[in-house]
Amino acid sequence: MYPPSFDLTVARSVAEAVDALAEGGEDARILAGGQSLIPMLKLRFAAPSLLVDINEIAGLDLLERTNGHLRIGATARHADIVASDLPGGAVASAAPWISDPLVRNRGTVCGSVAHCDPEGDWNSVLLATGATVVATGPGGERSIDIGDFVVDFFTNSLAPGEMVTEVHVPVPAGASGGAYMKLERKVGDYATVGVATHLELGGDGTISAAGIAMTSVAPVNRKASDAEALLVGEAPGDELFAAAAEAAAAASEPRSDVRGSAEWKRNVVRVYTRRGLEAALAQAQAG
Amino acid sequence: MTATPDLSTPPEIGGIGHSVLRREDDRLIEGQGDFLDDVVLPGMLHMAIHRSPVAHARIRGIDSSAASAVDGVVAVVTGELMAAHNLAWMPTLSGDTQAVLATDKVRYQGQEVAAVIATDPYVAADAAALIEVDYEMLPAVTGPQQSLSADAPVIRDEKEGQTDNLVYTWESGDAEATDAAFESAARVVSLDTFYPRSHPAPLETCGIVADVNSVTGQATVYLTSQAPHAHRTLFALVAGLPEQNIRIISPDIGGGFGNKVPIYPGYVVATAASLLLGTPVKWIESRSDNLISTGFGRDYHMRGELALDGDGRILALRADVLSDQGAFYSDAQPTQFRAGLFHVVTGSYDFPAAHVTCRGAFTNKAPGGVAYRCSFRITEASYLIERLVQTAAYEIGMDPADFRLLNFIREDQFPYTTPTGFVYDSGDYHTALRKAMDEVGYAELRAEQAAARAEGRLLGIGIAHFTEAVGAGPSRTYDIAGLKMFDSAELRVHPTGKAILKLGVKTQGQGHETTFAQIVASELGIPVTDIKVVHGDTDNTPYGLGTYASRSTPTAGGATSMVSRKLADKGRKIAAHLLEAAEADIDLAAGTFSVRGTPERSVTIQEVAFAAYTNMPEGLEHGFEGVSYYDPPNLTFPYGSYIVVVEVDAETGVWKVDRMVALDDCGVRINPMIVEGQIHGGLTEGFAKSSMQWITFDEDGNCIGSNFMDYLVPTAWETPRFELLETCVPSPHHPIGAKGVGESATVGSPAAYVNAVIDALAHLGVRNIDMPVLPDRVWDALESAS
Repeated sequence: MYPPSFDLTVARSVAEAVDALAEGGEDARILAGGQSLIPMLKLRFAAPSLLVDINEIAGLDLLERTNGHLRIGATARHADIVASDLPGGAVASAAPWISDPLVRNRGTVCGSVAHCDPEGDWNSVLLATGATVVATGPGGERSIDIGDFVVDFFTNSLAPGEMVTEVHVPVPAGASGGAYMKLERKVGDYATVGVATHLELGGDGTISAAGIAMTSVAPVNRKASDAEALLVGEAPGDELFAAAAEAAAAASEPRSDVRGSAEWKRNVVRVYTRRGLEAALAQAQAG
Repeated sequence: MTATPDLSTPPEIGGIGHSVLRREDDRLIEGQGDFLDDVVLPGMLHMAIHRSPVAHARIRGIDSSAASAVDGVVAVVTGELMAAHNLAWMPTLSGDTQAVLATDKVRYQGQEVAAVIATDPYVAADAAALIEVDYEMLPAVTGPQQSLSADAPVIRDEKEGQTDNLVYTWESGDAEATDAAFESAARVVSLDTFYPRSHPAPLETCGIVADVNSVTGQATVYLTSQAPHAHRTLFALVAGLPEQNIRIISPDIGGGFGNKVPIYPGYVVATAASLLLGTPVKWIESRSDNLISTGFGRDYHMRGELALDGDGRILALRADVLSDQGAFYSDAQPTQFRAGLFHVVTGSYDFPAAHVTCRGAFTNKAPGGVAYRCSFRITEASYLIERLVQTAAYEIGMDPADFRLLNFIREDQFPYTTPTGFVYDSGDYHTALRKAMDEVGYAELRAEQAAARAEGRLLGIGIAHFTEAVGAGPSRTYDIAGLKMFDSAELRVHPTGKAILKLGVKTQGQGHETTFAQIVASELGIPVTDIKVVHGDTDNTPYGLGTYASRSTPTAGGATSMVSRKLADKGRKIAAHLLEAAEADIDLAAGTFSVRGTPERSVTIQEVAFAAYTNMPEGLEHGFEGVSYYDPPNLTFPYGSYIVVVEVDAETGVWKVDRMVALDDCGVRINPMIVEGQIHGGLTEGFAKSSMQWITFDEDGNCIGSNFMDYLVPTAWETPRFELLETCVPSPHHPIGAKGVGESATVGSPAAYVNAVIDALAHLGVRNIDMPVLPDRVWDALESAS
């Protein structure tokens, strides 16, 4: 497994990285944890002319809670999320399910988000929790709603020369809970099916906000908007969750492959959505 | 044969029965191992192979000009160049021919088409990607049923007289007696099942450093080889090099599992390149190279039928196999047996009659049906019979354990001749199964299962009781490519009593450097730490057929005992001389020669060794060394009872193993810790195949599973906890009573896992789910049952 040749620049600041990206043009790529990029190079699925290494940039590994948000910097590793007490809900639930310990030690949340692999877990979590992606480019910094950031299969809405510098996940003030249910064939495998769920409860116990998004069952990480709409304003319960699960399954577009049949995957979406909502509710009610 | 000596030793000697820590581990753990990729020679060049991206196509032309122009490329080798040296094709281990570099057609995705030799492996890979091949596409044949249909394209159209895709037909047993039994049967039960293609996937891929000296003609070949001596002879026959000028050195090997038995095209091209260029050439497969092109295992479509009498006693077995051989027939297996030892399919049961038929078919898939951690298709056989007897038990309403106990070969029937001609050496199957059932709490589990079903939960209990046939020879029956299957050991004891043991077999992780030293330690009483084991270098070890098919202990282990006994006999003569006693009165125990009746008159093995070089009695040759070639009188027949308990998630089809109780009887255990390690590894591989592992192809013949993202190897996280048990019925014919064990758990366990899942669903009428038992298949079975 020998990758094709490429140039490497080690950036010392975000400005340096953005300049290098601009200079490198279309075939330049950011190298953060490299846990998707390096295998793609070794398999010769990708042949970038330039890699811009951002691992030496000071302060980019931030992980903190400020102003009602969990801020995750571009070089914060999956393992940092696992080890930290700051994340809750679906974020905390998903982190230990990211690949295997080796990948978690090196791979980054922001890298996974930017990669937009529909089999990646984080974008489902971000879609369910209503997160924001912070991008920095030649024109400065801007915030992009995750729904606008994820465009298509391996395609994000970054402009040329832009890189992801942070992800902001809202931390609700009231009762909330979330879960990430993942079916994988083995540790380190991509999800066969993944479902992120997020619930917020009003003072009267009804659902004030809901998020459901799915991994590996559509060309992109898909938000189950119809299912979310069914939940908001209602009192949680078995029938409601079953209906939401049915709507999520209907919104999925799985394909039959070596992991299993489309029909079965849709069934797993149904089961995991229900179980995820139950877990999210239990967490929210436990406070 | 001399009488079996007392083989017990104290821990400081560390002979048979002691869990001596593996003597090879320090260097391997501390990064001081010496693997193929550690071999770096002056002026060494690197080779990369350009492989076919398609499964079946005629080659119109190859343009290697862009590759040749890359800075650092020394040569581009094509089939045309190989053909000029009469090396475009090579013989396989099964008497077929295989393309080294394709000249006429490509016959599977990943087939070797050209090779680039360059100063650097990166340059070689870059240049290999620039080779352009003009293909005329042909329809791909991806399954044996399709392959044997009348309108299938002939894959091996270069073979004279080959007008279809049939490779062979083979049968064993008595068709007439079997038919008669089926006619008289009260009940006939059948099962169709598929054992999918899997891959040995050793962590170290295959590779070679070929170093042909242009002046002397000496070819020093570093090779990831499980069988260095056999490979030396085959190199001599294929390449026409004089055998004394070929030295195969097989260094530390990072796992073999059968994958490193065949000779691969890359070996031939690298050796030819070194010969033509006069420089050493290194080639090591990438992971994808390994997974898509080298020896796979299984790919067996099987049908089994049982004839039963009214009481549930088995009368006869019919088994029929359709084997997917890939594009070339290159199974590694004994010459007489076209389907390996599949005819051991009667398993642990007392069958009055059996008849086995097999057909092999060419397909547009990679060749090389190697015995993946299995003694020549025994895994497939064991899987079929253990699945079939469980099916039969359900069909006649008998508990699967009771059905086995009713039909087992009894202890008093050994040695037992099977209807397909094996003579099982020893065993006590009833005791083994009952002990495993007691350990798992079988009766209680059945009650728990009934209670769980009442709550809508799905609990399953699966049994597999396998019998293996391992340790080939005897040489009168078993040979590979004409090379008889015996094995060897050469023992030299130095004047200070320290020893070197040289073997014809070759470890790939089995622990030979420890276990074979333990045999000598038991036989002669030399401490295990004083014995160096040398293997893998054909210039410095006696001839042998190598390590696979669980044969090292049955063959080379026997040779080690026999050579030790030769030295013990000589030692008695020397001791008699030193002690001024009659040779007949000298006893040897744990390294001390003493005079019978007056044990205080004694000398140590070390003193005897010193005397062998300094104070020999008249009439004896100096030195204390010998060599033995051991040809076993029979195979050995290890067996085991495995019981798996699973719970199935009825909503998703996902299943989890709650318990895995594995009882193995491999006769005398040389190093119990190493045996347990072997069993752990095999149970894990069985779990992999039953739950997640397979190589599939799409309808165009594209291989799905060409890297470790797609071809799954379980980690410690998924792997169940194993509870090991043992019984010990020694092999009556082996010098130390040992049987092979390296493959038992791989062979026996897949049926136990699958049977457990089927058992969870059996009350719904489910009888078969093919491996891997993926959750969607379980869910489908549940959906169609309800």
